[in-house]
Amino acid sequence: MTRINVQVDGADYADDVEPRMLLVHYLRERLGKTGTVVGCDTSNCGACTVHLDGRSVKSCNMLAVQADGHTVTTIEGLATDGELHPVQAAFRECHALQCGYCTPGMIMQSVDLLNENPNPSEEEIRTGLEGNLCRCTGYHNIVKAVQTAASGGASA
Amino acid sequence: MRPAEFEYVAPATVEEALSALAEAGEDAKVMAGGQSLLPVLRMRLNVPSVVVDLGRIDSLRGVRDDGDAIVIGAMTTHSDVFADPLVREHALLLTKAVEQLADPQVRHRGTFGGALAHADPAGDLGAPALALDASFVIAGSGGSRTVAADDFFEDLFTTAVQDGEILTEVRVPKHTGWGAHYEKFVRVAHQWPIVAVAAAVNADGGTISEARVGLTNMGSTPLRARAVEQALVGQSATDEAVRAAAASAAEGTNPPSDLNGDADYRRHLATVLTRRAVLAAAGA
Amino acid sequence: MTVTEDRPAEQAHEIGSARRRKEDQRLITGRAKWTDNVMLPGMLHLAMVRSPFAHAKITHIDVSEAKKSRNVVTVLTGADVADEQGALPCAWPIAEDQKSQAHPSIAVDRVTFAGEIVAVVAARSADEARDAAELVDVDYEELPAVVDLKEAAADTVLAHPDLGTNKSAFWQFDSAGAGTGGSVDDAIRDAEVLIEREYRQQRLIPAYMEPRSYAVDPTGEQYVMWSSTQIPHILKLMLALTLGIPESKIRVIAQDVGGGFGGKLQVTPEEVITMLVARRTGKPCKYTDTRSESMMAGHHGRDQWQKLTLAAKRDGTVTGLKVDLLANMGAYLGLVTPGIPILGAFMFIGIYKFPAYQFNCTNIFTNLTWTDAYRGAGRPEATYAIERMMDQLAAELDMDPIEVREKNWIKHEEFPFTTVAGLEYDSGNYEAATARAKEMFGYDELRAEQKRRRESNDPVQLGIGVSTFTEMCGLAPSRVLGSLNYGAGGWEHAQVRMLPSGKVEVVTGVSPHGQGHVTAWSQIAADRLGVPFEDIEVLHGDTQVSHKGLDTYGSRSLVVGGSAVVAAADKVIERAKPIAAHLLEASVDDIEFEAGRFSVAGTDKGIGIGELALASFSAHNLPDGVEPGLDADATFDPSNFSFPHGTHLCALEIDTETGGVKMRKYVAVDDVGNIVNPLLVEGQVHGGLVQGIAQALWEEAVHDAAGTLVSASFVDYLVPTAADTISFDTDRTVTPSTSNPLGTKGVGEAGTIASTPAVVNAVVDALQPFGVSDVQMPCTPERIWKAIHGSGAGGGEPTEKGAMPHFDEDQSPNVATGTDTAQGDVR
Repeated sequence: MTRINVQVDGADYADDVEPRMLLVHYLRERLGKTGTVVGCDTSNCGACTVHLDGRSVKSCNMLAVQADGHTVTTIEGLATDGELHPVQAAFRECHALQCGYCTPGMIMQSVDLLNENPNPSEEEIRTGLEGNLCRCTGYHNIVKAVQTAASGGASA
Repeated sequence: MRPAEFEYVAPATVEEALSALAEAGEDAKVMAGGQSLLPVLRMRLNVPSVVVDLGRIDSLRGVRDDGDAIVIGAMTTHSDVFADPLVREHALLLTKAVEQLADPQVRHRGTFGGALAHADPAGDLGAPALALDASFVIAGSGGSRTVAADDFFEDLFTTAVQDGEILTEVRVPKHTGWGAHYEKFVRVAHQWPIVAVAAAVNADGGTISEARVGLTNMGSTPLRARAVEQALVGQSATDEAVRAAAASAAEGTNPPSDLNGDADYRRHLATVLTRRAVLAAAGA
Repeated sequence: MTVTEDRPAEQAHEIGSARRRKEDQRLITGRAKWTDNVMLPGMLHLAMVRSPFAHAKITHIDVSEAKKSRNVVTVLTGADVADEQGALPCAWPIAEDQKSQAHPSIAVDRVTFAGEIVAVVAARSADEARDAAELVDVDYEELPAVVDLKEAAADTVLAHPDLGTNKSAFWQFDSAGAGTGGSVDDAIRDAEVLIEREYRQQRLIPAYMEPRSYAVDPTGEQYVMWSSTQIPHILKLMLALTLGIPESKIRVIAQDVGGGFGGKLQVTPEEVITMLVARRTGKPCKYTDTRSESMMAGHHGRDQWQKLTLAAKRDGTVTGLKVDLLANMGAYLGLVTPGIPILGAFMFIGIYKFPAYQFNCTNIFTNLTWTDAYRGAGRPEATYAIERMMDQLAAELDMDPIEVREKNWIKHEEFPFTTVAGLEYDSGNYEAATARAKEMFGYDELRAEQKRRRESNDPVQLGIGVSTFTEMCGLAPSRVLGSLNYGAGGWEHAQVRMLPSGKVEVVTGVSPHGQGHVTAWSQIAADRLGVPFEDIEVLHGDTQVSHKGLDTYGSRSLVVGGSAVVAAADKVIERAKPIAAHLLEASVDDIEFEAGRFSVAGTDKGIGIGELALASFSAHNLPDGVEPGLDADATFDPSNFSFPHGTHLCALEIDTETGGVKMRKYVAVDDVGNIVNPLLVEGQVHGGLVQGIAQALWEEAVHDAAGTLVSASFVDYLVPTAADTISFDTDRTVTPSTSNPLGTKGVGEAGTIASTPAVVNAVVDALQPFGVSDVQMPCTPERIWKAIHGSGAGGGEPTEKGAMPHFDEDQSPNVATGTDTAQGDVR
């Protein structure tokens, strides 16, 4: 067991974890942050995307011990004071989700994308989401949602 | 899936890391960014007893100017390499290649040295590093040694880095003012390249004075297309001239056959992509 | 009590409006309830031991080390549960003499596909369960495996030696025999033009994003099973029948389910095993797939060889179609496996007026993962075949592909039209959809560009693909299912509960997993009952709440389940009328209902439905003999299928130097009848399009010669990303269905069915100057390049080589023991 101190969605946690525990399992099983999900074993699908110190990472491709001393933001920490993040609001407005399983990762990556590039072209949006798979939407409305969020189009 | 049990060490210095490796013996595994190692651990394709995480060694991060070369710390993330102005100015080919490597999340965690030391022949950094004559600084119990790019990649997943050693930094000779392009061919975006070509070209007034061409996934290691490089010298950067030079791109290669394409198809792709990469690098 | 309630006179119609989804709030904030979230005190976690061999005898299993492993509670093999595990169900035997192999959840003495379960470990954590699973030592004696479908049909190697053949069943429809048309043999004999083709429907993997997950709590009076299933109701019954547990002692809960696409229309070995272990241990148990397990052991889709013979006249008039299918069942017959190709039987003729038709299908066993429903289920295969054949006919006759279709399709004034396959297409307007699609597409301009590129030998060639499709949806009229030997009916149930506070609960028997039923059903009920959209709660997916239903598949939910909501709401209104009459002191005959208000004809007296609900609940002043409450149940059984149709046009560029494909434009004009929510309809079309395009270009379940699934992860099974796809141009025409009160036709499968042939037609069209008439799916750059260069007919060689490993470090001579070479990140 290794002791880790990690801030997740604004709260501080101290836990003893097995080194082999993946960050995503720590979030889900120890912290109850079940908003972040696992979709694959090979880091292709991006469903587990969270922010580590403000940048998007795949939480299934990282050990919990590696998060020691770092700050994690999950989909559950994105809204502030009950106010949806503009990307969350845009996903709803544009019907950018169906089953919703990829959605937490898709939203977290979209937020990162817009942090990097507030005015992306359609191509930049599509390329910026290449690490996230969705099986329901055909991506059409996801792209639209990111465009909408970029232009401040959807209100919470 | 979930990894098997292992011990975890996160040393703060290279020296500590080397002694941790020495202590752990041959069942240890070095973890850099972990973006290829974690899937391996999760699928239990490798079950190390100890994982030595280099993530806490700050001295291994960053890019510095060292006279006629730039030096990239092994633990510099792909996204930091991409954003680095020194890299862009003096080794544009790396900027171009790392931009296309994997996906944004992986680029935020994955490291320059880790990718090169993993030595997947379909990895995007081997061919550019080879093309730019990079040299690899490897630390071991007896001190550091430097290995030339030509000697670094030995086989599939195998490099000159030996048991108990750590790749600490990569020196890249400055190619200031060279044009560069990384032409990558995939079926879907999240795939390893079926074939990719890294080209850097020093062109003056439309005439190519020097060229460097590296091939991704055309053998068990990244390869250098020296015949193409030589044929390009003194040529004008026209479609016709470059096409002729690129025709020999697949010479001496031994590409794999798999569900994305057989060896013959890959050899053909190499010639097409080489032409395109060189022309793009030359700004033609 | 006041008997008036003011409502806004102008109430906007909910049906037809692009309501944002009620479902989304929890999904965008990470508050969804996935099955894998279920954690109960003392819960055990399961890990499966699976066969690496496609066909082998299990000679010995040693579980002693696994049992000693830390925190292991039990390890069970097939032998341990042989007497209690029963056999997994197949609900659709297609022939009296159908051959089948009993399907155990845990293999007992023989494994018949790679990935079949041979043992299960239950431990106190998921990590420890996996640790112990690695310690189970199984001795196998390998048996010859039959992997290739055509080889299997030749019976040289048998998937199940005891059956004596790989042929499970044969099924035929013949229009001459059925009296619905002429003799296809005569048509072929007399044909002026004969097109014969053989097409491969490659094997696909549904690849829903949520891996399958099951949890069972045996500690109460009932077994409670949480399942990531599309079919909680069917699952409940089947678990009872399989395990001999009274149906009333099982409760199935499908909470949020992360996609299905037919892949979760199954009763799985893992579900039965989770139940078995929970029963044995008395502890809550949970099993969740890894992605590789989902891909290897969750059922696959498609996988046919199709031999087609189309007879026509020189002027392009079709005169007959003969279809000979080999359909790959895989190793077992799953829930509806045998019937999947038969769902296509009626659709091979598409929208065309064939005078003669024959369909022959042979279902074949192989030592591969079993196949079953995957989005479209039988109908995409049929549509692909006919739409490819119509293009081939056009090419043969040097006609425009749209012109040849127009010559043969059913004209709008000819509906209702009984086809040569015996179905009555109730409505449609193919002309209108095609005209609209052509206009949006810029068909003539693109043809002109194509001509220019051809003439200039442009290395980038343009291809234009057409698909004018229809499908049979709204599964299904119960009588029809009965005639096809299907094990259940096709009706659907709904209940509308009027709560005393004026809120409404709608219970539905369908089981959404991404479609947006909660939103759409709210719109239907809001309009029907005249209550606000926001006041309606839709309940589903728990057999104790929704006690009756037949779940979600086959584009049936809105057509059948939505119609049941209409029927239940109408019953509520009828129940309320006598009470309204009583309270308003009027005759029932004078009570009118509109926009949520019961009023007395010719007066201004009235009462709102909410107020009436309260009056009915309090029961202080009800007419004699009237029971309290306004709740009503209804079932709806459609009189016919529904027949969505549409015209899809695809333009793509082919880089003839690499074989690479780049999509330029995709227009989809669909006619799915009346629309409840255009936002949801478009979403279904977009997603369906990409799944169909993916079959055309990217996806294939590839096995090596030994029967191992090579594409068992997202590294090799190429699900496209946003970067691989484009934005689509969609529009609609509307001809309402006549077989349900909503006039809807179903939209879940349309995009998937239509797009595959549109894309392959475009690929082949682009390659026409090179004399190419077919490229096998998926149309990989390698296949296209080889087709252009004449090596390998149509680039049709099977893909079977494994991909270069990127994670398998054992490939490297000195890495297995090395400390350094896997320093991390290739990517």
